[in-house]
Amino acid sequence: MKLSFSKQDEQFRAEVAAWLQANLCGEYETIRWRGGPGDEHMYVEERKAWERKLHEGGWTCIGWPEAHGGRGASIEQQVIFNEEYARAGGPGRIGHIGETLAGPTIIAFGSDQQQQRFLPGILRGEEFWCQGYSEPSAGSDLANVKTRASFDSDTQQWKISGQKVWTSLAHESQYCFVIARTDPDSVGHKGLGFFLLAMDQAGVDVRPIEQLTGTSEFNEVFFDEARCGANDIVGLPGDGWKVAMGLLGFERGVSTLGQQMLFQNELNEIVALAKRNGAARDPALRARIADAHMGLRIMRYNSMRMLSGGVDDGALQKSAMIYKLYWASWHRNLGKLAMDVLGDESEILEAAPYQLGRLQSMYLFTRSDTIYGGTNQIQRNIIAERALGMPREPRG
Amino acid sequence: MDFKFSDEQIMIRDTAEAFLAEVSTSAAVRAAMVTERGYDPDLWARICTEMYWPAIHIPEQYGGLGLGYVELVATLEQMGRRLLCAPFFASVCLAGNALLVAGNDAQKGAWLPRLVAGSSATLAFAGPQGGSDAAAVSVTCEQVGGRYRLNGVSRYVLDGHTAEWLVVAARAPGSAGNSGVSLLVLEANTEGVSRQWLPTMDQTRKQAQISFDDVWLDADALLGVEGESASALETVLDLARVALAADQVGGAQQSLDMTVDYLQERVQFGRSIASYQAVKHKCADMMVKVEAGRSALYYAACIADEALAGSAQSSQLAEAASIAKGYCSDAYFFNAGCGIQLFGGVGFTAEYDIQLYFKRAKSTETFLGNGDYHRQRLARQLLDEETI
Ligand SMILES: Cc1cc2nc3c(=O)[nH]c(=O)nc-3n(C[C@H](O)[C@H](O)[C@H](O)COP(=O)(O)OP(=O)(O)OC[C@H]3O[C@@H](n4cnc5c(N)ncnc54)[C@H](O)[C@@H]3O)c2cc1C
Repeated sequence: MKLSFSKQDEQFRAEVAAWLQANLCGEYETIRWRGGPGDEHMYVEERKAWERKLHEGGWTCIGWPEAHGGRGASIEQQVIFNEEYARAGGPGRIGHIGETLAGPTIIAFGSDQQQQRFLPGILRGEEFWCQGYSEPSAGSDLANVKTRASFDSDTQQWKISGQKVWTSLAHESQYCFVIARTDPDSVGHKGLGFFLLAMDQAGVDVRPIEQLTGTSEFNEVFFDEARCGANDIVGLPGDGWKVAMGLLGFERGVSTLGQQMLFQNELNEIVALAKRNGAARDPALRARIADAHMGLRIMRYNSMRMLSGGVDDGALQKSAMIYKLYWASWHRNLGKLAMDVLGDESEILEAAPYQLGRLQSMYLFTRSDTIYGGTNQIQRNIIAERALGMPREPRG
Repeated sequence: MDFKFSDEQIMIRDTAEAFLAEVSTSAAVRAAMVTERGYDPDLWARICTEMYWPAIHIPEQYGGLGLGYVELVATLEQMGRRLLCAPFFASVCLAGNALLVAGNDAQKGAWLPRLVAGSSATLAFAGPQGGSDAAAVSVTCEQVGGRYRLNGVSRYVLDGHTAEWLVVAARAPGSAGNSGVSLLVLEANTEGVSRQWLPTMDQTRKQAQISFDDVWLDADALLGVEGESASALETVLDLARVALAADQVGGAQQSLDMTVDYLQERVQFGRSIASYQAVKHKCADMMVKVEAGRSALYYAACIADEALAGSAQSSQLAEAASIAKGYCSDAYFFNAGCGIQLFGGVGFTAEYDIQLYFKRAKSTETFLGNGDYHRQRLARQLLDEETI
């Protein structure tokens, strides 16, 4: 076991920090620290421009292989990049769904032609993606998707019809990866296809859903014979589940350490606030603040274990299996802590009709952390069944 | 960064696991724990002369293996898993670390080879009021004509009634808190030392009270600088906290494993109780605790290595130790407590081992600071800008 980074990695850290210092300023000053979870609707145009700026510096998609335009950065370097990015107050990455989900999936499962067509737009920070998985009747039970894809032999295109829901950033995206049923007689995870679908077309209707924050980061997306090219299905009809699950594996990637820096920034803000408003003298709050600190440090050590890829605890990586449940629960508690440290002031908005302060917005948004990407209950099912070998849930 | 066990470390861990599964069975633990001594001397001899465990992190120049804290922790985790009854923690992680941290070359040369050879030892620091840091020290130490005289009582001394030699924390008369603290090393049979076994709720870890009545020691008994060893003591206690967290991770893991095994077999309402979601989710929470605790532990072990090598600050060690000990204390208690609940009635019997884990969880939680203690300690560092 070794904690320290190598000399080359430390040089890389200096390089990242220097680039950010030289570039995340001027016109981009206003978007520093902005656009993170709970704030994703803010400064969208500026953040899109920032993605292009990042690309100019070669800082998008650094973990992708060089053959696909990335840097082939090692895990350590990706960790370092994410840490320095968050430390510098880098704005929420509007391209993260493309960079961390769509791109790696296309690299792993896509055809050459798909790679040539879709990867450069992600790399350049010009094309944004959304994730079309959930439907009204397919939430935790994702395999229950009803959206249909049928191949029209006249036009040599797929026609996709159905409804997606909770689709984050659909209104800002050029593309959506969609799971849809290619075999109309199939049920469950058989008979699905994984499609790369252009959003800007007549058959796609995006309707924002107002969230409890008063803002709309996610949407309903209706497909009415939306068109998708014959070459825009990843894998074969019927492979959709395999591809979709492969993608969920990428979700637990290195971005977690950058996410933790954002958490650290939030915790720092709470600590500073507690010192200012006297909450730091309250014994109960002191213990909770210390507990949050402790929990965040452990989150970091756990992901270091996860990223080092050790299998010292059996073939299954248990550090990876607990990760989502752990961080989501931790963050949700942090949200409540922030409000309790704010005290009476926690109720007072910045402005009418419903302009939340940063911590208020964080607090409300943390209630979704334990829902999206597999709810806490689903995570516990997975841990009990896959890691502990307990019987599977009965199915209806 | 490479935050995983090396092949060699895995081998050390697996060897410990296999050995302990054979020698530290439930029957062996129960036989040892009801004795006043608290351990089987033959097993202790094997641990020292066949397994070389006391030698693990002792430098080679003092007869040790010169390995690191990670190897030590990997072994301790297995001991915790099997509730090993042995004076290992007291000897190696308390007395041994005190010598490593505070001893000069001559003192290390005199005492550490004995430790490696299997001579048992411990650290007496807390007075009758208890406590988890230098403020708890109450035995007094006066210098009289170049020699030292100890007086007072130390309580809650792990394996204090059986240890062959002792490290004692004592303070200048009239001093309090971190000032005036000295560390001294002596034979347990020195004149004026009297020792009394204190029966404990957790019978797998023995405690004693030690009285010092005009105990005279020569100048070479003093470790470090007279009256200025509070921070050395704190470092020793932090190293011990990391070691105790390893015992806790092992115990928390075993509590979970035993519980899941039982749940799989037990049938109620016509199905295995392991199939009920309320039960599954409790087990998932237990796994989160033990894995998070393990991550905290391994990190702290790496920092302990750096601290012993002089490349980590004592505040870094304090933070890592508090995080590991605070979290693992709560995790072990949670897991063993849930274990009793999920076993049902048999969990409340003396016959089933889960109760032994529940009791060891509590004793290891209390010793060297529980979760509340460590959260307060971290809060001072975070909110009061004090170094801890
Ligand atoms: C902010 C936000 C952003 C999102 N972004 C996207 C996106 O971009 N793309 C996308 O496809 N989806 C997205 N989602 C959807 C998200 O993945 C789903 O909400 C989630 O999977 C849960 O599905 P559901 O809402 O249908 O809840 P349900 O599945 O109906 O669950 C309701 C409750 O029942 C519990 N439950 C369900 N099944 C079980 C079971 N077997 N055992 C025990 N308890 C169970 C759940 O834990 C939950 O508490 C987003 C959601 C949120 C909140």
